[in-house]
Amino acid sequence: MNSISSMNTTTTTTKASPMTETKISARNVQVYYGEKHALRDVSIEIRPRSVTAFIGPSGCGKSTFLRCLNRMNDTIDSCRVEGHILIDGENIYDAKVDPVQLRAKVGMVFQKPNPFPKSIYENVAYGPRIHGLARKKSELDDIVAASLQKAGLWNEVKDRLHESGTGLSGGQQQRLCIARAVAVSPEIILMDEPCSALDPIATAKVEELIHELRTNFTIVIVTHSMQQAARVSQRTAMFHLGLLVEENDTDKMFTNPDDQRTQDYIMGRFG
Amino acid sequence: MNVGIIILVVLAFAAAGYIAGKRQALSLSAQSGIKLHSLSGYYGQTVALFAAVPALLLLIVWLLVQPIVVESRVSGMIPDSAIAQGSARSLVMSDVRRIAGGLDAVLARGGLGEDELNTISANTQTVRARLAEVGVALAGEVQPVVFEAARAYRQTTKSGALAMTIAVLGVSLALAFLAYRRIEPQMRARNISEGFVKSLLIASSLIAILTTIGIVFSLVFETITFFKIYPASQFFFSTVWNPQFRGGSELGILPLLWGTMYVSFIALLVAVPIGLMIAIYLSEYAGRSMRSFAKPAIEMLAGIPTIVYGLFALVTIGPFLRDYFAQPLGLGSSSSSVLTAGLVMGVMIIPFVSSLSDDIINAVPQALRDGSYGLGATRSETIKKVVMPAALPGIVGAVLLAASRAIGETMIVVLGAGASAKLSLNPFEAMTTVTVKIVSQLTGDSEFSSPETLVAFALGLTLFTFTLALNVLALYIVRKYREQYE
Repeated sequence: MNSISSMNTTTTTTKASPMTETKISARNVQVYYGEKHALRDVSIEIRPRSVTAFIGPSGCGKSTFLRCLNRMNDTIDSCRVEGHILIDGENIYDAKVDPVQLRAKVGMVFQKPNPFPKSIYENVAYGPRIHGLARKKSELDDIVAASLQKAGLWNEVKDRLHESGTGLSGGQQQRLCIARAVAVSPEIILMDEPCSALDPIATAKVEELIHELRTNFTIVIVTHSMQQAARVSQRTAMFHLGLLVEENDTDKMFTNPDDQRTQDYIMGRFG
Repeated sequence: MNVGIIILVVLAFAAAGYIAGKRQALSLSAQSGIKLHSLSGYYGQTVALFAAVPALLLLIVWLLVQPIVVESRVSGMIPDSAIAQGSARSLVMSDVRRIAGGLDAVLARGGLGEDELNTISANTQTVRARLAEVGVALAGEVQPVVFEAARAYRQTTKSGALAMTIAVLGVSLALAFLAYRRIEPQMRARNISEGFVKSLLIASSLIAILTTIGIVFSLVFETITFFKIYPASQFFFSTVWNPQFRGGSELGILPLLWGTMYVSFIALLVAVPIGLMIAIYLSEYAGRSMRSFAKPAIEMLAGIPTIVYGLFALVTIGPFLRDYFAQPLGLGSSSSSVLTAGLVMGVMIIPFVSSLSDDIINAVPQALRDGSYGLGATRSETIKKVVMPAALPGIVGAVLLAASRAIGETMIVVLGAGASAKLSLNPFEAMTTVTVKIVSQLTGDSEFSSPETLVAFALGLTLFTFTLALNVLALYIVRKYREQYE
């Protein structure tokens, strides 16, 4: 009994070891918008089931890098990406990778809540439907309910699932978008300034939600709020002028950063 | 003085007023040392506007009112006895006008002095001969009353023109002077010219609105006359359209409405799917260079004159459909058919659907597309499940606008669908539409006051009501949709 449990503990420890485990690994990523060189030589390792925050002044390339991780940049004609991004050891820019499949695995939540002009139910059911995740209506119902529960929205909307998603408040809309992303059971969720359009109370709820989602998903969040990065993330990466300046444990980053530019930015000297 | 010269003089006054006003403002400011409220040009502009605008408005009103006044006065001079059997007062009046014009021409040639004219009387042969010289042929003897009336007509018109010249130039000078006198450095000349500009803009838009109202009224009055001599219930519910020159026509609108609806329906059946797919391609798939080439190229279809489409229907599509479809299938042997007109008209209205829908699809926020792509949806899934449902109200509006265009189309139908009013389901048969019959009734030989001609106005009003209702509905839907995203 004792030995089994100790064995379990050992395996778990090895698996969760920060040294060995990597969910996303980027190597020498370059991004160009037409002639503009927007990201230079970004290399970073992102750990599974943790929250990684990207911070930096506006236009530093943090959102651009985020959108590389699910190939959303493909939808922009002038955008060109070089280098390697590996998810679970597989290069997502490889020719045999289907970006559509990739995006089912790497979900995304946007800056401004963007629910479809459909009912709350239909919003959440959208992803499962297009990927054929439910064979019966009852299965779909279960997925919708579970996703809304994971997004902490179930109690607020369970009696009005068939009302329009656009009729919710801003914070509820954003959590609906998170539920929508969760519904396709991705492994990674990318969040592009998910709270910038929300008031403090709604922000607190979303942050709490991010905290809970961490147990099941790998989360990468872009934020302008240093406090938010400090509150929700375990690791933080600082971008400046298209460069990855520093990447470190969040605690270290906000108390004793290695790089002078990080220090200046966190102290509010620029940005 | 004739009207052209009056306008030139008024404009000259305005120009002079501009220069004088500008100078006056500058010199007053220099004298008193007070800074001008506005740029000096605005003072000149104020004087010029006061000189020109009211005077020209007066001129327009005078030109509209004077003939009415003169007509009614002169018309009173002619006793009922002078109007021949079977004639009408309006015919006699047109004689009066012709004689008056002839007298003017005679005077201009110098064959007759002004005094002489006052002394000669109508029963002399000289009048007829003189008038014939200048090209005014009179049918019979000129009655003395009519000749007198013509003379009076000339006289009144002449004195009216004189009065008009004096009044217009007087108003122009007086107001220019008034404005000039009121110039002082503190005068807010800028605001005054701003006010003028605003009224000018309002007046322009009023012209457009009043024209629409005028069109409706002229239709309404003639339609009322028509319904007095032809029962409305017959018009709206009879299924027979059979106008006769001798009277006793049957003028039921139903076959025409049926033809209109049938042709428009086929046109929409062609235009809506093709137009929508074009719109989706242009807005979602086409690159920028493709789009900038294809969109104007497709819109060119709307710029082709409809008579050209009509010819295409007549010589190409019609015979083609007859030889390869109608005759082998035993459905008819006419080269003009509903299907011909519908197909060609459908091509014509493709750009209405595609261009408007393209704009509407582009207005769907990119955030919705991103949301869908972010969940792993493909382009066509995104279009089908997110973009199209969001754009649907606007697209319905676009389709309704295209429908009202199809309903009002004439030339393609004349040449493509024929002119026989029929209630039939066979698309290979010739049928006709409301617009075609309006043309043929108005250009026919019937008397204007007969129901056969007046029915055109009732048809026109019905059509107008239909398309207006469609347009209002379309605008309402489009507007409601816009509110959703802005």
